[in-house]
Amino acid sequence: MSTLTIRSLRKNFGAVEVLKGIDLEAQNGEFIALVGPSGCGKSTLLAMIAGLESVTSGEIRIDGRLVNSVAPKDRDIAMVFQSYALYPTMTVRENITFGMESRRVPKPQQDEAVKRVAAFLQIEPLLGRKPGQLSGGQRQRVAMGRALVRDPKLFLFDEPLSNLDAKLRVDMRTEIKKLHNRVGKTTVYVTHDQVEAMTLASRIAVMHQGEVQQFDEPATIYNRPANMFVAGFMGSPAMNFLPAELSQEGGRPSVALQSADGKTASLPIVQALASDTPRQLILGIRPEHIYRFDPDLARRKPGIAQIDAVVELVEPTGAETMAVLRLGGKEITGRFDPDGTPRMGETVTLGIDMARACLFDPTTQRLI
Amino acid sequence: MSNHDLILSVPAPARPWRERLGSAMPLLVLGPSLVASFVYVFVFTGWTLYISLSNSSLLPTYGFVGLDNYASLWANRRWNIAYNNLFLFSGFYIVGSMAVGLLLAILIDQRVRGEAAWRTIFLYPLAVSFIVTGTVWSWLYNPVDGIQALVRGFGWTSFSFALASDRHYAIYAVIITGVWQASGFAMALFLAGLRSVDQDLIKAAQIDGASTFRIYRKVLLPTIAPIFLAVAVIQIQFAIKTFDLVAALTKGGPGISTTFPAIYVYDLMFQRGQIGEGAAAAIMMLAALAVVLVPYSFWVVWRRRKEAGHG
Ligand SMILES: Nc1ncnc2c1ncn2[C@@H]1O[C@H](COP(=O)(O)OP(=O)(O)OP(=O)(O)O)[C@@H](O)[C@H]1O
Ligand SMILES: [Mg+2]
Repeated sequence: MSTLTIRSLRKNFGAVEVLKGIDLEAQNGEFIALVGPSGCGKSTLLAMIAGLESVTSGEIRIDGRLVNSVAPKDRDIAMVFQSYALYPTMTVRENITFGMESRRVPKPQQDEAVKRVAAFLQIEPLLGRKPGQLSGGQRQRVAMGRALVRDPKLFLFDEPLSNLDAKLRVDMRTEIKKLHNRVGKTTVYVTHDQVEAMTLASRIAVMHQGEVQQFDEPATIYNRPANMFVAGFMGSPAMNFLPAELSQEGGRPSVALQSADGKTASLPIVQALASDTPRQLILGIRPEHIYRFDPDLARRKPGIAQIDAVVELVEPTGAETMAVLRLGGKEITGRFDPDGTPRMGETVTLGIDMARACLFDPTTQRLI
Repeated sequence: MSNHDLILSVPAPARPWRERLGSAMPLLVLGPSLVASFVYVFVFTGWTLYISLSNSSLLPTYGFVGLDNYASLWANRRWNIAYNNLFLFSGFYIVGSMAVGLLLAILIDQRVRGEAAWRTIFLYPLAVSFIVTGTVWSWLYNPVDGIQALVRGFGWTSFSFALASDRHYAIYAVIITGVWQASGFAMALFLAGLRSVDQDLIKAAQIDGASTFRIYRKVLLPTIAPIFLAVAVIQIQFAIKTFDLVAALTKGGPGISTTFPAIYVYDLMFQRGQIGEGAAAAIMMLAALAVVLVPYSFWVVWRRRKEAGHG
């Protein structure tokens, strides 16, 4: 049983306000991911949860207990650092037992714990080595071992995978997911990699400039982003934004866009709109919701709207092909099946899945 | 066949002189200092060694007398005191300045206010030459107008502080002065070392529940262990050369109680015209230095190999 609750948490470094009223909570056993661009305050927030940074105002509760001024060692947390922070002069075994040693855990119990963790992470052959003699991935495991051996209330990870190469990162991501499934500890995981956040987390907090922009389940974050920042940050390639004007077409609301032949095509809006919706909108479409139009598709998906666009650039990646298209005077990216890849210079008729489109208010940038 | 041979076996095309000059440039530039170092270190050391085995007195002569000079050197009580002083002083000076320097570094490392000012204050003695230090401290130790006079002036009239004028304790006066001078230097190196340690290590140790004392003892100080060695080695060669500090502070006195090998060598060579025995004494100083530095350089090489081995 362990929960984390954060209420209107603020942090100032001198005159600079780094965190501007953060609200966050983690249920027992939840995996919370903090994502956001560099410098948005993720590490600072994590350090405050750990007790390594002081709280300017607001409150942090672990299991309901206010821990604002509790020392890190008394918060019953374990942390994995981006740099791993393994003690360079100690062996792997000593690294893992250092915390227990500090807490005067009896020797037999220590050996027991080391054995359990080493077996769990498959680092038994490394126990006698020093961190300098380990590869990046091995160091990462040892750092996790040091955290796991504690059996804490809360796991904190600060970008634990960002120093690994791409392949190893994917492997370790899977391992962390398995590990969390087995251990089931409440976890806060900082990353700037949105794929990591999407795959691991039960809930994601997207941060920007010291504020939580949205805190919700991965699917909601992805499909119903609260604002244009979240929409643009989550997903790669990023969501396309097209300024458009709201009109009525045959009694239904729709947006007008200029198509390739110079005419205006009107795209019907599926979502229910409030009466005070502004006339100027921003239409947000994810690349994978742009298809090559065919009648079959239109029959299967009710919200498909038709529009012509010129293909400006094609980028094959193997599994899929990205195409840069000119639409409504802007460049947008579409994600296509390699079979149906458009050619450069070609004018294609696109089918846009309006049921999945997001509408934003251009002044507040919020989702409508 | 190695790469090198391959290059040599290919007939070299006539290269323009500019290019040839370019490749010879490093040697040209380094040449004079290499020659000078070689002459000063090896030729002069060899020459001194030779003189120490000769019957030179006022001027160098080359009559070979074997180890006679060494025998008469070690038969001299003053030399024995000097050599003893050297070890006593070196030991206390190095340990003392490192201990004080480390303590200062750790205190400053606690993010005290006005850190730059403290650093400058403690480092300042290093900017003062040994002569000045020696002279100033000789005033402080002077019973008539130094610390003793000051404390007595406050009213404690029986206070006695005459370290430098007591033949049994004068060497400690030299040690204290030396430590005062060198602690700041040790502090600067230790502080730089402590600050270069990854701050995440400290955070990790805090989360691990280690006390500040334990963090220093188990994490920080072991991490900066190479700095301890570097400081010790630098201090050792200061200690063995000690001359001007003693010359200014006690002039080897009272009596001969604070004689040092360097002072003795100077005396023999330039005051008493016994160049042969002076050279022997100089060689003994070199031996003392080598006892420390040779193992150290082997250790450095060994460690570099080991690190290279692990990549
Ligand atoms: N000790 C400090 N003093 C002053 N400003 C700081 C301090 N630590 C962090 N900051 C500032 O706070 C902001 C947030 O820093 P933080 O390290 O939390 O970012 P981050 O989201 O973890 O970024 P990254 O993804 O690059 O790790 C940055 O603008 C940084 O410059
Ligand atoms: Mg960070």
